Amino acid sequence: MISLNSPIETRAHGWRAGPKLLGLCAATMVLFALTSLWAHMAIFAMTLGIYAMAGTTFLRFGLRRLRVLWPFVAIVLIWHAVTRDLEMGSVIALRLLSAVALANLVTLTTKLSDMIDVVRYLAAPLRRIGVRTMQLELGIALVVRFTPVLAQKGTYLSYAWRARAHKRPNWRIVVPFAVLALDDAEYVADAIKARGGLE
Amino acid sequence: MERNLTLIALFAALIAALGLIPKFTLGFGVPITAQTLGVMLCGTVLGAKRGTLATLLFLLLIALGLPLLAGGRGGLGVFASPTVGFLIGWPLGAFVTGLMVEKLRFASLGVTAAIASVVGGIIVVYIFGVIGMSYTLNKTIPEATMLVTAFIPGDLIKAIVAGAVTVALYKARPKSVLSRV
Repeated sequence: MISLNSPIETRAHGWRAGPKLLGLCAATMVLFALTSLWAHMAIFAMTLGIYAMAGTTFLRFGLRRLRVLWPFVAIVLIWHAVTRDLEMGSVIALRLLSAVALANLVTLTTKLSDMIDVVRYLAAPLRRIGVRTMQLELGIALVVRFTPVLAQKGTYLSYAWRARAHKRPNWRIVVPFAVLALDDAEYVADAIKARGGLE
Repeated sequence: MERNLTLIALFAALIAALGLIPKFTLGFGVPITAQTLGVMLCGTVLGAKRGTLATLLFLLLIALGLPLLAGGRGGLGVFASPTVGFLIGWPLGAFVTGLMVEKLRFASLGVTAAIASVVGGIIVVYIFGVIGMSYTLNKTIPEATMLVTAFIPGDLIKAIVAGAVTVALYKARPKSVLSRV
């Protein structure tokens, strides 16, 4: 399973995940509290600067991940151009871009295993009151393992469909797809039980 | 016990896989991302409690940085983007959908599942979605509602599909459809 981790090793890769997440929370709260256009322009420039510090490849990688936001940025700017309040529109658009770019930055520089450690840390109080968090961790592992498996099976299903029909697959393909997921769940449950279960 | 966990995990994986497989059409030539269909199915098939847990597990993995949303999106960035409300609405949407399928017995399973998907998978999810959009884009609730209405017809079709798929699954694997066991 490919994670969204950056292939380019940055200095921030070595930092602890917890403080990075706390910093992100604080930064996002500040972003939503500020209303000055200049402040938002400065923050966005600073955010891009942080990306650029890790090299131009990293910066381009980060900018590409912001592409999904363009429709929203366009809507906001057009909307506020029509209502003749482009300053407000620019603030909203910049805030959006900075907030997502900063959040992406944490994801890009934090390994999946480090993030799972944070989950384990946060789940510690639950363990103390008797909740078995082992199931949570096993659940994460199962999803990571079975997403590509199911996607592969789904692709085969659509090949099989095309081999038999002229038309593109329609919604009916979801039925065998979900049956496969249900069956896999039953097999894996039996396999876990056979290995001593969750107790 | 083991079965609960694996069904929850496999349905979380199913939501992800529905975003990864080549797009299929709804018969009207409209290509859709089927992930919201997956959320509806979590409710109609797994029931309220497990359906909610499956969507929560899926969201947790998104937050941890896996690109499981349609188009390979994921990571913490999606929780700062305008569509965040829809994601936050998923667990409650799955809960409401599941609860309705479990409790309502006045109609056939298919009709109940479709109605439940409309209420949980559309109304509940859109309430959160609109609030999220109004907050991130600084728009009033009616303005934000206007921005998302274009997606409602597609989701209504998905709710009907969810009903049909649930019936077919109940025929194929009656013991696994936990909302009716």
